[in-house]
Amino acid sequence: MTAPEPISTTAAVSTGTQTTASRGTRVLGLAALVGIVVTTIYAFVVSKPDSQLGESVRIMYVHVPAISMAYMVMIANACFSAYYLWKRSTFADLAAAVTGELGVVLLGLGLVSGSLWGRVSWGTFWQWDARLTSTALLFLMYVGYLAIRSLPAEPQSRGTRSAVVGILSALLIYPVHMSVEWWGSLHQTGTALEGHIAGNQLFTLFLGFVTFALIVAWLSMHRFRVAWLSEQLAESELADSITARRADAEADAVTTTSRGAS
Amino acid sequence: MFRETLLVCGKDLRLEMRTRVALHHVMPFVLAVVMLFAFALDADTAALRKATSGLFWVTVLFAATLLVQRSAAVERADGIGDALRLSGLNPASLYLGKTLALIAQLLAVEVALGMAVVVFYDVRPRGALLLAVVAVLSTLAIAAVGSIYGPLAGGMKGRETVLPLLFLPVLAPVLLGASRAFEIALGRGVGNGWSWAALLGLLAAIYLVVGVATSGPLLEEA
Repeated sequence: MTAPEPISTTAAVSTGTQTTASRGTRVLGLAALVGIVVTTIYAFVVSKPDSQLGESVRIMYVHVPAISMAYMVMIANACFSAYYLWKRSTFADLAAAVTGELGVVLLGLGLVSGSLWGRVSWGTFWQWDARLTSTALLFLMYVGYLAIRSLPAEPQSRGTRSAVVGILSALLIYPVHMSVEWWGSLHQTGTALEGHIAGNQLFTLFLGFVTFALIVAWLSMHRFRVAWLSEQLAESELADSITARRADAEADAVTTTSRGAS
Repeated sequence: MFRETLLVCGKDLRLEMRTRVALHHVMPFVLAVVMLFAFALDADTAALRKATSGLFWVTVLFAATLLVQRSAAVERADGIGDALRLSGLNPASLYLGKTLALIAQLLAVEVALGMAVVVFYDVRPRGALLLAVVAVLSTLAIAAVGSIYGPLAGGMKGRETVLPLLFLPVLAPVLLGASRAFEIALGRGVGNGWSWAALLGLLAAIYLVVGVATSGPLLEEA
């Protein structure tokens, strides 16, 4: 994620520019699109049904990258939050907001895909299993993070409060990841890292990771630029209001003085 | 710093002694929840006894939500937030003092709640040492989180609804550990209750460290 260098924020606000795209994001978006097409072909055509999981193995190509990317953006959220508390940087605050939103979307996708997989493999959408339950809690904590961000408040106050929530929420990521080992969960352990899959399945999973990484990068950049522009717009509106108030006050003062003189 | 912590704690407890919010509002609420659980489970004493540990800690979390809201509300009235910022008090002392006062109030609620479940759910208390240690450590963890989220949510519009959303999911590990340890202490669960107590101690320590570290920025925004 980078600062919105290709577009001038002030120009965008004042002239009403309609896009947050740049050459870099267009290339990234195109690469993500190609990734989606290639991963879909591999997931549904090239990769064969698994000997144990059957057709449901195809859900793994979305589920595992979505959850992994969710962890990564949530860790990034905690880092940006800590940096914001340290340096009070607007960039860090907005980057934390973006990663928080993406974390909720990705974790939601992981929960839904996992639930569908559970219906096929375990015969039920939900099991009160350590991994599932702790992931649902993590999801709720980041929903709380977004709730804090959505409440009306001064930017610094909102940034500080959400940063604290971001840091506290991130403390659950490691227990969620380790829950399979610690509490003997129904959920299977690391599929790719422990060599449970190979060949086309492993390659498709790898493609899934690359595609999700491209989508996350593309979304982050656009969302960050929208957030940055909103911030600039709010600041410029505030400055305009202050200027208008000052002009009104000066006009009132002139009127009062001239009445007094007459 | 220790003196300042006791000063803040004493101030909150004196306020409680004068207003008696915990005694007049939270205690009756806790008793009502105990009754409602019994109605929900069809007053089946065997089922209630089996679920006592979980019900006990869920009720404590509900009571803690009310007490945390109250603890944050007293600092919002009459510009007290500004006065605290200008008082020169160490933010960490302020955080620890509020945490200590919350612990005292929560422990009082837990004692009353414990007596209520003994009477209404016909529970035979045993494993007193484990019960006491788990209660203190869990209360410490709950109060440590509450003193972060109370002022954090307190200064915002919509605080009444956002506090439980933030507060309760974070405390899910505490609920799990405390319920399991209580089950073992009461002879209804298997395993080593002291491992759960150690986990609760670790959680309390982590929450306290985060609370002390973030107390400064949060006081600025109070």
